[in-house]
Amino acid sequence: MLTKRIIPCLDIKDGRTVKGVNFENIRDAGDPIELGALYAQQGADELVFLDITATNERRKTLSELVTRIAQHVNIPFTVGGGIASVEDVSVLLNSGADKISVNTAAFKRPELLNELSREFGSQCVVLAIDTRFENGDWYVYLNGGRVATTTKTIDWAKEAAERGAGEILLTSMNNDGTKQGFALDITAQLSQSLNIPVIASGGAGTMEHFADVFTKGQADAALAASIFHYKEMEIPELKTYLYNKGIQMRF
Amino acid sequence: MKTVIIKYNAGNTRSVQFALERLGVTGIVTDDEAEIRSADKVIFPGVGEASTAMNYLRNKGLDKVITTLEQPVLGICLGMQLLCKHSEENNTDCLGVFDLAVKKFESPVENMLKIPQIGWNNITGLHSTIFEHVPENSYMYFVHSYYAALGPETVATANYVINYSAALQKNNFYAVQFHPEKSADVGGNILESFLKL
Repeated sequence: MLTKRIIPCLDIKDGRTVKGVNFENIRDAGDPIELGALYAQQGADELVFLDITATNERRKTLSELVTRIAQHVNIPFTVGGGIASVEDVSVLLNSGADKISVNTAAFKRPELLNELSREFGSQCVVLAIDTRFENGDWYVYLNGGRVATTTKTIDWAKEAAERGAGEILLTSMNNDGTKQGFALDITAQLSQSLNIPVIASGGAGTMEHFADVFTKGQADAALAASIFHYKEMEIPELKTYLYNKGIQMRF
Repeated sequence: MKTVIIKYNAGNTRSVQFALERLGVTGIVTDDEAEIRSADKVIFPGVGEASTAMNYLRNKGLDKVITTLEQPVLGICLGMQLLCKHSEENNTDCLGVFDLAVKKFESPVENMLKIPQIGWNNITGLHSTIFEHVPENSYMYFVHSYYAALGPETVATANYVINYSAALQKNNFYAVQFHPEKSADVGGNILESFLKL
């Protein structure tokens, strides 16, 4: 049986992890490679590295970092953040990334998804959507959630899947940072409407929240950052809890 | 020992190279016939589309090289599918080392089965030297929309609504549908066993 996936997300700035807290068992919690390898060892199913560096040097720094991650981490990982062209993706995949995620650039120019899936295959194209619930529906937000659009999330997700996105990474802005649970309704709606996997993100606070997003939310994978980084939850305990709830997990 | 990774237009050669490095082995990425023939072990990776990959291999004459290799060969993912007889993906005649058809996953109910299958799935019925250090029911990382059916050469089975070949073996040809290079330590064990053949 295919398992549900648990995916820690690491924010990267200038080649360093931004949220790195007290990990006694690694030398440098700010080092994305050490932290990534630790999560892999603990049973993380995949990793996401989100680059939030804004300088011109970022591309070179990032591709070098991706190579070092690929050398040391033996599970699949996705790289995202400011990716806007076929060339950006080519550099990152050739550096050793397994998948890339695109967000605002794909919304502004949807053909990018067609180009990427044709060139590299859908399996490595993750479409990230930041979504907010307002006036009775879920809408797409851009630029890290700063810019609103009038496009409904379900419509954009369907179009993206048709254009060649291989997975959807859905972050609910209403839930993100609240630790009150994932957005189950929009996650389930996307999962039922699409024939590609949906990764739920935003709101994880307890193990029960993960159980809910896999059962009620029908997510294929769940992503979280701070609860893992601040060690509020350990991956082995989380996976054991979910397994005991009857959810397929890899050990 | 010389380990060669076949270079063609559908390779994820970097990940395989890094996985070999973690085992202390340098993988030479090449499409040169003499280099490939002189290797002790040959890895035939692949991520991409079958007909484009087969056209490329035929144009380079690599189809004849691969099928006549006598040292251990390991096909990975698309590499495994190309070693089969025929793929439904754009109705492509493949290399035919394994007398098996490659078919597309079909969801019995709309959107019930996500295609491609992406993620970790368990493998069972293991009977090949490359699984010497792999426990039954180990989880491997799969990313694929097409699968090889079961056959006499099946040496590991996975299930995604139906049972299919997770691995094949015939003489010196070994093939896995999953990505051992991305399947954590247990995947590394498979590569290590292959390198020791």
